[in-house]
Amino acid sequence: MNTVTSPALEWKLPYRGKVGMAGLIIAESAIFSIFVVAYLFYLGKSIGGPTPREVLETPIFFTVCLLSSSLTIHLASKELENGHRKTFLILWSITIALGALFLFGTALEWHRLIFEHGLTISTNLFGTTYYSLVGLHATHVTAGLVMLSVVLLFGLADRVGIDQSARIATLSLYWHFVDAVWIVVFTVVYLIGR
Amino acid sequence: MSSDAMAMPSARTEARPWVEVVHEWVTTVDHKRLGILYIVYALIFLVIGGIEATIIRIQLIRPHNDFVSPQVFNRMFTMHGTTMIFFVAMPVLFGFANYLVPLMIGARDMAFPRLNAFSFWLTALGGLLLYFSFLGGNGLYGAGNAPDVGWWAYAPLTAKAFSPGPSSDYWTIALLVSGFGSIGTAINLIATILCLRCPGMTLNKMPLLAWLNLVMSGMVLIAITPLSAAQIMLLVDRYLGGHFFDTQAGGSAAIWMHFFWIFGHPEVYILIIPCFAFMSEIIPVFSRKPIFGYPVMVGATVCIAFVSLSVWAHHMFTIGMNSYANSFFTITTMVVGIPTGIKIFNWIGTMWGGSIQFKTPMLFSVGFLFQFLIAGLTGIMMASAPFDWQLSLSYFVVAHFHYVIVGGILFALFAAFYYWYPKMTGRMLNEPLGKLHFWLFFLGFHMTFDVMHFAGILGMPRRIYTYEPRPGWETLNLIVTIGAFIQGVAILVFVANLVYSYFKGPKAGNDPWDAWTLEWSVSSPPPAYNFASIPAVASRRPLWDLKHPEDPDSRYE
Repeated sequence: MNTVTSPALEWKLPYRGKVGMAGLIIAESAIFSIFVVAYLFYLGKSIGGPTPREVLETPIFFTVCLLSSSLTIHLASKELENGHRKTFLILWSITIALGALFLFGTALEWHRLIFEHGLTISTNLFGTTYYSLVGLHATHVTAGLVMLSVVLLFGLADRVGIDQSARIATLSLYWHFVDAVWIVVFTVVYLIGR
Repeated sequence: MSSDAMAMPSARTEARPWVEVVHEWVTTVDHKRLGILYIVYALIFLVIGGIEATIIRIQLIRPHNDFVSPQVFNRMFTMHGTTMIFFVAMPVLFGFANYLVPLMIGARDMAFPRLNAFSFWLTALGGLLLYFSFLGGNGLYGAGNAPDVGWWAYAPLTAKAFSPGPSSDYWTIALLVSGFGSIGTAINLIATILCLRCPGMTLNKMPLLAWLNLVMSGMVLIAITPLSAAQIMLLVDRYLGGHFFDTQAGGSAAIWMHFFWIFGHPEVYILIIPCFAFMSEIIPVFSRKPIFGYPVMVGATVCIAFVSLSVWAHHMFTIGMNSYANSFFTITTMVVGIPTGIKIFNWIGTMWGGSIQFKTPMLFSVGFLFQFLIAGLTGIMMASAPFDWQLSLSYFVVAHFHYVIVGGILFALFAAFYYWYPKMTGRMLNEPLGKLHFWLFFLGFHMTFDVMHFAGILGMPRRIYTYEPRPGWETLNLIVTIGAFIQGVAILVFVANLVYSYFKGPKAGNDPWDAWTLEWSVSSPPPAYNFASIPAVASRRPLWDLKHPEDPDSRYE
């Protein structure tokens, strides 16, 4: 349909994947905000112990792991855009390894809290808010790892090429988001919360 | 526009086995079919929710009535509220958005068709889960079946001790699941509107319906999610022994109210903004004038969306907040009235000097304007904290929000049904039946909800099972109930009209209203691919430009 013939338009709209992912990130941010608010609101309101100051240890090493995975995934998607599939796969695998290492760190911490300090989700308000907030984040890391691993499998089967770079860039947005959320959670739980 | 695109035969074919037809509808990813599924699904729940409302009203028709037990009464008002908001209003508005947005912006489908189908089926599952509670909720002796905690489900009523058995978990999970569906649809609408507009359709030339649905979707992303988060917390409390809302372990019941209303108040605007969108499309067409103040309309909508995120605690004046919070939420709530007033003036400005045609869609639109204005005014009354202390928890509040939801949202929806039904089915709705529907519903609506205000001012509390024969209350409640029945009859007329016109209505043709937006350029119902060739537009009213090449809008915009 040409209603009124207009001069040849430069018609370029944003990529729908990126916009969709941005929408998801906004929605997820709102969910995390509510959990963060609950954590901050209930700080120091637990009736019984243990308290954050007594039991929490700052997980610096695992935080560095997760944050550096943002760098590796960024480099990976850039490599793919330039058509370097080998380096892409290597960097992508490193990203997955770093993410998995972070999850392992969370597991270690939870194991210590549960078995050494007897802190579970039903012990006190600190337990409830701590496990919910950190657990929500860990769930997102897990979901991210599943998606990254699917890409890795396709990559090993030689199905991920330069044509997919926009999709890979979209997925890496999600991973950056998961990392950014960790900065907030880390600040709230380990810096402010103690 | 090529005329061959207009003459495209509709996709109807010869009779096929019904299994095949059902299979096609269940597996469809076509935005038009999903839109219709959303709408039909919502209409079914509208009838169910309406029956629940009728049961509530029969119970309250006279003092000391015992039509149902108090337990059933609680379940009825819980299910009525939950159903009407989450399984009628949301899906029907998403249905219209799904159907119309791609057609109006000149796209062939939504940005993510499969996500679209997934979101619909999540919503459908949510509704089924909620109603399955009647069967599945009966797990514990004495625990009751359907949820009976109110649609707001205040803590600590939802704690295991007070709501044993799984009935309120059905409520939680139904809302969680359908909430994820809503988020999916919102993401989809945003991506569609931002990424799939046809050439020439800059944001400034987009139909207002698309603009307002974009704003609504943005609100869904940040307002529905707090509810999802709170539901997750509630599940943690109920199943993992958490203490979020457990006052005995230091938790707070008030924080549930905050989380719920951070969702709950923007939700009202999520529902009303698409209705503003219908008005902004329908009123100009039946006034034969372009919309008055297009940029201001967009600005006012964004403004409403923004301010409405900071008004939630006006639902909580009576819980005893400090005076700073009370003042803040009073002021923000009153401020929302400004952009809303601007919109009402713009619609009146559109009608002013136009040659108005009072077809059924326009009747409902004018009804909307009138009633929404009154709803807004009682809203401003309630916004004032001292006034709210007097009348909160009375029938005045019930009257106020039903004025918004029935007098505003439902009237706008009926206008939309009469306006777009020809596009969706290819046949016009019957005009005399439509007028009968309007006048009956108008009468019933005012009998019910005008009178509720007075009952509230006379002190009748809301959520009560029965009442004493006090002076005034009896007559008022009788009138309210009679009004509810008249509305029920009007709905039956409407449903009869929908069914009758589907088979016997006059053929609509492509453009029965002589309208201006792109959906009227294709056949009714549109072909699966919408547009044979993607259109290009140069103004906000592409079909006006087409019909009046000597004086196109694009010359002035």
